[in-house]
Amino acid sequence: MRADRLDETFAALAHPARRAILARLMAGEASVMELAEPFEMSLPAVSKHLKVLERAGLITRGREAQWRPCRLDADPLREVADWVEGYRRFWEQSERRYERLDQYLRRARREEGPDDHDSG
Amino acid sequence: MSDLKVVAEPGSHEIVITRSFDAPRDQVFKAFTDPEAVAQWWGLRDTETLVDELEARPGGRWRFVERSGNGNEDGFHGVYHDAVAPERIVYTFEYEGMPGHVLLETITFEERDGRTHMTDSSVFQSVADRDGMLQSGMESGAAESMDRLDEYLAKR
Repeated sequence: MRADRLDETFAALAHPARRAILARLMAGEASVMELAEPFEMSLPAVSKHLKVLERAGLITRGREAQWRPCRLDADPLREVADWVEGYRRFWEQSERRYERLDQYLRRARREEGPDDHDSG
Repeated sequence: MSDLKVVAEPGSHEIVITRSFDAPRDQVFKAFTDPEAVAQWWGLRDTETLVDELEARPGGRWRFVERSGNGNEDGFHGVYHDAVAPERIVYTFEYEGMPGHVLLETITFEERDGRTHMTDSSVFQSVADRDGMLQSGMESGAAESMDRLDEYLAKR
């Protein structure tokens, strides 16, 4: 995965309106007007966001109708998921390790008994 | 529900892990410094841990070996700089599979309301080393998958 493509994807995702547009497109293609509806934003402002998403490869604009349907392209998001996956494994391994420590501490306590206290 | 937190800021040499445990501080400190205790939970992956040596005192040595299901062994070792019961241990850490990349690990324990709060700071010699440790999640994940594939193939 190319570093510059990741940069572009993250930059595109770094706006709540653009993330909301992507979420809406998961339900299916939509026109610019349909996408603009939930926001108190002018159509030109929405178009600007769509341009950013399109340049990052996150959406495609069809040409087959009078209106140009916007569609979600999952490839850049798959790259993000792959990138995150490595860190998730690190986090998960850390967590499993500390769960084993939890189990050890519980066993140690049981073996110690309620009246038995280390002076530390 | 675990409160594990891993912080690794971009461009930093450090990874900071925090987590709390339902046990008093002296027990948690012991879990980290007693050879018989360490063997029961320490493994960086889901592997068996053999404690070759563990001297939790200034200048003391430590070495652990992780053995995976298919017989692969990975050694880790270092030297203790400091061990103050029940609040702090400081030691160097080197993975024998990648000699020359040493990190300095400081683990502190605070007790609040009967729970022990651990802060584990690992400082690497370079940002690349630090990032490599984070990405090791990917590699060892791949290694585990290969192990499982080996086991599967061996059964056929």
